[in-house]
Amino acid sequence: MRKLYFATLPCILLLCLCLPGVAQMPDEPIQMADGLRASGKIWVVVAVVFTILAGLFIYLISLDRKISALEKK
Amino acid sequence: MRLSWWKILCIIQLLALAVAGFIGGVPAKPIINESIRNLYFHVSMWFAMMVLFTVALVNAIKYLRTGNLKYDVYAVEYTFSGIVFCILGLVTGMIWANYTWGKAWSNDPKQTGAAIALLIYLAYLVLRGSLTDIDKRARVSAVYNVFAFFMLIPTLWVIPRLLESLHPGGMGNPAFNTEDADVRMRIIFWPLAVPGWTLLGVWITTLRIRVKMLEEKKLQHA
Repeated sequence: MRKLYFATLPCILLLCLCLPGVAQMPDEPIQMADGLRASGKIWVVVAVVFTILAGLFIYLISLDRKISALEKK
Repeated sequence: MRLSWWKILCIIQLLALAVAGFIGGVPAKPIINESIRNLYFHVSMWFAMMVLFTVALVNAIKYLRTGNLKYDVYAVEYTFSGIVFCILGLVTGMIWANYTWGKAWSNDPKQTGAAIALLIYLAYLVLRGSLTDIDKRARVSAVYNVFAFFMLIPTLWVIPRLLESLHPGGMGNPAFNTEDADVRMRIIFWPLAVPGWTLLGVWITTLRIRVKMLEEKKLQHA
């Protein structure tokens, strides 16, 4: 059943590319989050990821310092 | 304490990646759409894993040549971090596959190969845990580490290339090859993502090594 699915899938994809008016037309623009970026909202994600990374780095540096202090003892 | 240059480099690379990875331009492609940005995160996990496992291999061989237990500690900690990155790579791959291939696990040769590689390395930890004699444990696990590393070559590098796969980099795939990631992505992937995540893995491993060394020193004094 799965083999049949994988065999027919390329044919269907090919049909979609060839036939006009079917879902994915080649000249139809591919959906990307350009609008979201233009409106500036992607920067919210950037801020969140940046904050998480910064927090993790502070944690890692403090661990590093604690171990260094133990090594000096 | 002043941070080493490579730790500062790691912080700069990953923080820069957090901005450039989402803001930078990417080629518009069907099916994967914006998820193409996973290249910076999912693929980097595997690069970091390979580096960590290679360092572990070198230290395992060094242990076998010298018999110095220091190298055994290095080898086991680098292997442990490599396993963590391997699990992260596998899980992120499953998440990505769920939304681009239709399901998280499709018994794809690359997924299966990575799972076998992971199991071989998990057996390394089981093997270590089962031996109590320190020298015997170090020697047996160093030999096994060499075997496990060379099992990566067929499971991750050869078999997935021979078989048809949904994953890019093989035959007949609908996703993208490394050539499909255009220059805008490559200038982020190679100088920021790959070395950044690798250095993070090395950093965490060195902390684990230092803690283990302290523990051993404490045992010697007790």
